[in-house]
Amino acid sequence: MSTLAVHDHGVVHHDHDQEHHHTDTFITKYVFSQDHKMIAKQFLITGITMAVIAMLLSILFRIQLAYPDKTFPLMETLLGRFAPNGRLDPEFYLSLVTIHGTIMVFFVLTAGLSGTFSNLLIPLQVGARDMASPFINMLSYWFFFTASVIMISSFFVQKGPAGAGWTIYPPLSALPKAMGGSGLGMTLWLISMVCFIASSLMGGINYVSTVLNMRTKGMDLWKMPLSVWAFFLTAILGVLSFPVLVAGVVLLIFDRSFGTSFYLSDIVLNGKIMPFEGGSPILFQHLFWFLGHPEVYIVIMPAMGISSEVIAVNSRKPIFGYHAMVYSLIGITTLSFIVWGHHMFVTGMNPFLGGVFMITTLIIAVPSAVKTFNWLATLWRGNIRFTPAMLFAIGLVSFFISGGLTGIFLGNAALDINLHDTYFVVAHFHLVMGSAAIFGMLAGVYHWFPKMFGRLMDEKLGYLHFWITFICAYLVFFPMHFMGLDGVPRRYYAMTEFPAFNRWLSVNTFITWAAITAAVAQIAFLYNFIHSIFWGKKSPQNPWNSTTLEWTAPVEHIHGNWPGEIPTVYRWPYDYSKPGHDTDFILQTTPFSETMSSNLPHDFEDNPVGLEQYNQWAKTQRSSEEVK
Amino acid sequence: MGFKDLINSKKILSLFAAFMLLGTNLLMAQSTATTIAGTDTPEQKADMWLGVGYYALLLLLGCVIVAIIGKILKIYDLTLQMQGRKGLNWNNIIGVICLIFLVAGLYGAYWSLTVQGSGILPEAASEHGAKIDFMFWVTSAITLFVFFITQILLFGFAFRYRGSEKRKGYYYPHNNTIEKLWTVIPAIVLTILVVFGFFTWRTVTNVDNKKGDINIDVTGHQFAWEIRYPGRDGKLGSVNYQLYTANNILGVNFKDRNSFDDQKADTLVLPVNRTIRINIHAQDVIHSFYMPHFRVQMNAVPGLPTFFKFKPTITTSEMRNRLDDPKFEYLLYCNKICGGGHYNMQKVVRVVTEAEYQDWIERQKPYLSDQLKKELKLADRGEQNKAGKNRIALNN
Repeated sequence: MSTLAVHDHGVVHHDHDQEHHHTDTFITKYVFSQDHKMIAKQFLITGITMAVIAMLLSILFRIQLAYPDKTFPLMETLLGRFAPNGRLDPEFYLSLVTIHGTIMVFFVLTAGLSGTFSNLLIPLQVGARDMASPFINMLSYWFFFTASVIMISSFFVQKGPAGAGWTIYPPLSALPKAMGGSGLGMTLWLISMVCFIASSLMGGINYVSTVLNMRTKGMDLWKMPLSVWAFFLTAILGVLSFPVLVAGVVLLIFDRSFGTSFYLSDIVLNGKIMPFEGGSPILFQHLFWFLGHPEVYIVIMPAMGISSEVIAVNSRKPIFGYHAMVYSLIGITTLSFIVWGHHMFVTGMNPFLGGVFMITTLIIAVPSAVKTFNWLATLWRGNIRFTPAMLFAIGLVSFFISGGLTGIFLGNAALDINLHDTYFVVAHFHLVMGSAAIFGMLAGVYHWFPKMFGRLMDEKLGYLHFWITFICAYLVFFPMHFMGLDGVPRRYYAMTEFPAFNRWLSVNTFITWAAITAAVAQIAFLYNFIHSIFWGKKSPQNPWNSTTLEWTAPVEHIHGNWPGEIPTVYRWPYDYSKPGHDTDFILQTTPFSETMSSNLPHDFEDNPVGLEQYNQWAKTQRSSEEVK
Repeated sequence: MGFKDLINSKKILSLFAAFMLLGTNLLMAQSTATTIAGTDTPEQKADMWLGVGYYALLLLLGCVIVAIIGKILKIYDLTLQMQGRKGLNWNNIIGVICLIFLVAGLYGAYWSLTVQGSGILPEAASEHGAKIDFMFWVTSAITLFVFFITQILLFGFAFRYRGSEKRKGYYYPHNNTIEKLWTVIPAIVLTILVVFGFFTWRTVTNVDNKKGDINIDVTGHQFAWEIRYPGRDGKLGSVNYQLYTANNILGVNFKDRNSFDDQKADTLVLPVNRTIRINIHAQDVIHSFYMPHFRVQMNAVPGLPTFFKFKPTITTSEMRNRLDDPKFEYLLYCNKICGGGHYNMQKVVRVVTEAEYQDWIERQKPYLSDQLKKELKLADRGEQNKAGKNRIALNN
C-alpha cells in the first residue's frame, strides 16, 4: 500500500521536472546537483582523486622502507622541510602513514564506495525517481568535499598533518607537544572527520529511507538485488555507529583545546607534569573501535554486494543461496557491533572481556565463510564471461579468502599477543578490507560505467589493469605475513636499528617495487576511465544482458530516471539461464505470464493465484503432449 | 568508427608526448634554477634530474609499448573479422591466464611459505610461548588447507567454466542441505578454535593478580624504557607521577619504605625458569611492551598500570648456541605508535641462570641516588614553603 502511494508521488514529481527541465544551469547540473546520478559521479571522481593521493603517499613511505639509508634529492624538492636532505623526516613518515590510512578507509572506501554506488544504484535498482531527500543528498556530497579539502590542507601547515596513526589514540593525539603532527594537523584531522561523519550520516539516512519507502510496485524486500541489500545494511550500520565516533572525537577536541581530562591521566611529558587527572585512554579506544570495527564492514559489505551482483550477471547464473547471502549480510551487520574489542586484546582491557570478544569475533567468520562458499557455488557450472568487472569480482573473492583466513589468527586473543600491531596485521587488513574492497569498487566502476557515462570502458586495458594490480597486490602483502610472524612491528620508520630485521630488508625492497608497479598500472585505469568518459564506445541500453531494473532506464540520463511510468517488478533479480527460456536472462520487469515455458513451481511460493495458473498451464501442456 | 578512434587516440598520444616534453623541460629549467640558487652539490641535483628523467622516459616507453600492443591486437582482431572468421576469444584467453595464475600462484605461495616462512616465529623462549605456538600451527594447518582448496576451486572454476556461446549456465539457485553443511562445518571448526584459544588466553592472562617470583617495573616514555628492580625486600615502592623530578624520573614515592632499596638497571636481566611479573607503566603516551621471543606484549598506558606474567625458559647464552649467533640478544621493542622515535625504542633483555642473576643484581645501583637523596632532603626542608606556593596557585 505504502509503495503504491510513494509511486504516485514519484509520477507527480516527474511531471514537475519535465516542466522545468530547461532551467538546469551549469551550476545546478554539475556542481550543486540534486540528481542522484550526478552526485554518484561526484562521489566517484572525488573518491578516485583521493585514492590516487593516498596511493602516492604510500609510495613515498614505501620508498623510505626500501631504502632507509639512501637520500633522494627529489624528495626534498617535492616535500621541502618534511624531507630534509632527501630523507623523510621520521615524524612526517608517521604523518604519511596516518593520512594514507585515513584517506583510504574513510574517503575512498567509505565515501567513494558507498557514496558512489549507493547513490547510483539504490534509486535505479529499487525503481525510484531519486533519493528520498535529494537536497540532503547534495549536502552529503558537499560535506564530504569539504572534509576532503580540509584533510588535504593539513599538508600545508607548519608542523605537518596528523601523525598519530589513523586510529589517533590519545594521549599521543591529545598532546600537541607529543609530536609535530599532534598540533594544528590533528585539529584539522578532527574537523575534517566531523564534516565527514555529517556527510556520511546524511547519506546513510537517505539510503535507508529510500530503500524502505520508495521501492517501485512489486519490488518487495526479497526481490531486491544483493547490491541494494548490502548498501541498505551498510547504511544502517553507518547510521548507528558513526555518531559514536563523533562523541569520541568531540571529547578529544575538548581534551586538546579546553583542558578536560576525558582520556588523559598521570602524564609527564618532556619533563613537565601535566595537570590531567582521572581520564582513561582506553575509553577513547572503546569509542573509536565501536565505530572502527563496524567501519571495516561498512567498507567491505558494499564491495560484497557489488561483486555478488557482478558474479551472478557474468556467470550467467542465479547467485547461489540468495536468502543465505542476505541472512549472512544481516548476521555480519548485527555481529559487527559486538566484536570491536578484538582490536584491544593487549591494550590493558580486562582480559576476561578479551575472551568474550574473541568468541564473538570468531562467530562472525561463519557468515563470511557462507558468503565465500556461495560465490564459489555461483561460479560452478556457470558460463563465465570475463569482463574486467568480473575479473575484479573474482579478485575480491580471492583476497577475501586470503585476508579472511588470517583474521582467524588475529581474532584469537592468545595468538594476537604476538601478532598485535605487527606486519601480520598490516597484511591481514590490506588484503581483506583494503584490496578486497577496492577491487569491489573497481568491479563496480567497470560494470556500471555504461550506466554512469553512457559509454563503455576499454576491455583490454581493463584486463591489463586487473592482472598487474592483482598480482602486485599479492606480491606486496603476502610476504608481509612472514615479517609480522618474525615480530617486525608496523609503523617503524626504519628497520636498520635492529640487526635481526636485516634479513627483511631485501623483502622490503621487493615489496616497494611491487607497490610501484601496481601504482603504475593504475595509469591504465585512469587513462581508460577518463578517455572512455569522452571518447568511449557508446553503450547499448543493457550492455551486460542483466536482469536488474537499472538497465531498463534509458542510456541518456533524465531527471527522474524513467520516461513515463516506473516499471513494475514481477520477479527476483537472478533469473539467468533459466531453462525453457530463449535468452539467458529474464528482466525483473517481465511478468511470469510472458514466460510460461520457463516458470517453476518455486517461483510462486508466495503467490497462490499465480501457482494455480501455473498448475493449470502445466496440466494443459501435459495433456497436449499426451495428445501428440 | 575504428578509424576515427585511431585518429583520436593519436591526437591524444601526441598531446601527451608534447606535454611530457614540456613538463621535462620545465622541470629541467627548474633544476638549473635551483642549481644556480642552491649552494650545495649542484652535481648531485643534476644527477637526480637525470635519474628522474630516465624513469619518466622508461614509463613513457612502457605506455607506448602497451599502446602499440593494444593496436596490434585490435588490428589482428579486425583482420580476423574481415576475413569472416571469429575474433579473438577473450573468454578463452582469460580463462587460460586464470589457470596459469593458479599454478604460478600456488607455486609462489608454496615458495613464500617455505623460504620466507622458514624464518618465522623464532623459538619461543617462554613457557606460555610454546602453548601459543602450538595453537598457531594448528590454526595454520586448518587455514592453509582452506586457503589452498578455495583458491584452487575459485580459479579452477574460472578456467573450467569459462564462457562459450554454445553453452548456458546451469540454473541452480539454492540447495538447503549443502548450505546448512557449509554453515555448520565452519561453525564447528571455529568453535574448536575458540574453545582452545579461550582457555589458552585465560591461562596466559588470568593470573589472579598474584605477584610473580620477581616483580619488575618497566616504564615507557618518549623514547626509552626505564627499569626498576624491587631490591632485597622484593617489593617495589609506590609511584606517583606528581613526584617527578629530573633525578626521580619515575616519581618514586620515598614515603613508602619499600622504595628505599629499589634498584635501577640498564638491561632487563631475568633469571631463567622463574615467574616474572612485569608491571608496565607509561609516562607520556601509550607505548607497547613487546618481546616477540617470549610471546609477550602488553600496552603501557598512562594512568592505567598493566602487567604481564611469564616464565622465561631459555637463557641468552643457550639461545646463542642454538642459533649459532654469538651476538644474539633478546630485545624489548615499543610496538605502539608513540612519536618520531618510535622505531628505535629498544632495550636489551638478557635471560641468565639464577647464580648469574644474583651476581648481577648485587652490582646494580640503588634508585635512590646521592643526588636524589640531596634533593629529597631539600624538599623536606622546603616543604612549608612549597605548600604556601601551592595555596597561591589554587587561589589563582
